Amino acid sequence: MMQKFRRRAGRGSLWQLALRAFVGLVLAYLVLPILVVIPLSFTAGQLLVFPIPGYSLQWYEDFFTNPLWTGALWNSVMIGVATTILATILGTLAALGLHGSKFRLKPVVVALLITPLAAPVVIVAVATFYFFASINLVGTYLGVILAHTLLALPFVVITVTATLQGFDTNLTRAGASLGATPVHVFRTVTLPIISPGIISGALFAFVTSFDEIVVALFVASPQQRTLPRQIFSGVSESISPTIMAAAVVLLVISLGLMIVMELLRRRSERLVGRAR
Amino acid sequence: MNAIASIPGKSQIEDPIVRFSGVRKSYDGETLVVRDLNLDIVRGEFLTLLGPSGSGKTTSLMMLAGFEAPTEGTISIGGKDVTALPPHRRGIGVVFQNYSLFPHMTIGQNVGYPLRVRGTAQDEIDKRVMEALEMVELGAFGDRRPAQLSGGQQQRAALARALVFRPDLVLLDEPLGALDKQLREQMQYELKRLHEELKVTMVYVTHDQTEALTMSDRIAVFNDGRIQQLARPADLYENPQNAFVAEFVGENNRLSGIVTGVGENSVQVDVGGAAVVKARTSSRFAKGEKAVLSLRPERVAVAQAGKWENDFTVDIDKVVYLGDINRLLLRFAGGSEFAVRVANVGSGPAYKRGDSVRIAWRQADCLAFPAE
Repeated sequence: MMQKFRRRAGRGSLWQLALRAFVGLVLAYLVLPILVVIPLSFTAGQLLVFPIPGYSLQWYEDFFTNPLWTGALWNSVMIGVATTILATILGTLAALGLHGSKFRLKPVVVALLITPLAAPVVIVAVATFYFFASINLVGTYLGVILAHTLLALPFVVITVTATLQGFDTNLTRAGASLGATPVHVFRTVTLPIISPGIISGALFAFVTSFDEIVVALFVASPQQRTLPRQIFSGVSESISPTIMAAAVVLLVISLGLMIVMELLRRRSERLVGRAR
Repeated sequence: MNAIASIPGKSQIEDPIVRFSGVRKSYDGETLVVRDLNLDIVRGEFLTLLGPSGSGKTTSLMMLAGFEAPTEGTISIGGKDVTALPPHRRGIGVVFQNYSLFPHMTIGQNVGYPLRVRGTAQDEIDKRVMEALEMVELGAFGDRRPAQLSGGQQQRAALARALVFRPDLVLLDEPLGALDKQLREQMQYELKRLHEELKVTMVYVTHDQTEALTMSDRIAVFNDGRIQQLARPADLYENPQNAFVAEFVGENNRLSGIVTGVGENSVQVDVGGAAVVKARTSSRFAKGEKAVLSLRPERVAVAQAGKWENDFTVDIDKVVYLGDINRLLLRFAGGSEFAVRVANVGSGPAYKRGDSVRIAWRQADCLAFPAE
């Protein structure tokens, strides 16, 4: 009896070991290429080679002082912030309008709002390029911002809609019955409760714009070159380790935003969960 | 419907706090959820809108609160037409079934909300919030969040919030529906106490007829978008105006048959199985018409020697033990289910399936309605 037991347990743990090894390999495959970038960005040498001859912050210094890079960083931040503001306002309004309303074309409207997520980015980029060319928006900040807003909008709509699903519409009725105008109810009741959803939608929007390369290649001119675009041209033109420093900066910012989003999600879950 | 007939004293109704006149409501433009609602609500009364789901009672309440607009007709409060007035300008307190406390505010902030909206001074707010919380015995809970309170406490907080700005009219939409039985009974008494203390008008929606009977001054029974009857609880129970009300309010045996004889305010109805039942009625019947009979189980005497107009011997189909009483299900009138109650007094015969038993009831306790 005991032996049988042990053997079965042994086989089980072998399987488990194999599974763990496989999962570990997959994770390594996903993460290692990113991790390789980090030591390279601190190299004291001029080339992107291992072993690293020594550690230095020179490439970060170059990144934060070279106008080529600081300009790109500034462009990315500015376009990202503008996109975030625009997409968050439009997406939140769309989600609020769609929530609880019933009209025949609602599924069509929802599908149209989500389309940029499903359509291949390159097709969106090409279409946007031709459309914007005809109205002189190619090579302008406004053009890039509008195109990025289009790409970021679905994220805001989806996250805010998801938050609204846990929102009890009777709360707005309660607010109204207590004497508050619709605007006041929105400000004091709806907005505070759905704000985690709006903020995480906004962060999604920012990351979408901040990491975006395809539309930036098509629609932006060198004047609006964003950080991803600068990295791209940096790779094809000069193999300077500054690219690695830029990549690490991009990575840290994206990662930071992801962590904030996760914290917000937990907070919102706690709030909605407790209200039940 | 004959709703106006049973409204109490004429002097009160000259100054109703709420008047629905000719109100209809349709959501889709085809089916009417509320058909031709005419209802006066007396100042200070506890009025219950009672009915099954989909009967139009909640829709009527929501129209009064201003959350839904009537398709036709007008609603006035205190003599002023409010049909087009948005809810935030009606000054009505509303208590919802799921409490609807703001989850991101403390209980104190929740209760203070209607006062802050009205621009009341902070020290006055603090004072009145404390008063309102003490009134519902939540004085120590002002700093808690709604989620830290039990269901009953949350509903009391919601009640305090609906009362703190001293509205004349408070609407309650199945407020006890989410609570367990014991808590529900306790809250019923508390609500009645508040109603008497504050002398506010309360309009209460429920599908629970026991709740309606124990709490209300008057009950409006809704079905199919209409008020079937508007009456005091005892009137409703003793003199239902139609078969629906008889069946919805209280337990009821329903028998149907053909009229074989007509007297003054009485009929004889052949209910099948060679049984002819004598019943009271306020409707006019002709021989050969179909009738529905309604008889309360507690009005049927079981195995007693009394000499009553209706007297039958029947077989017991089933005995259900309920502790304080035994419910006997009898085979009567060609097989339809017929229930009677026997108090469980410890002595007396032990009934069992298959036994024969004598049942009797007065003509006055059995009501006949035209079959619809």
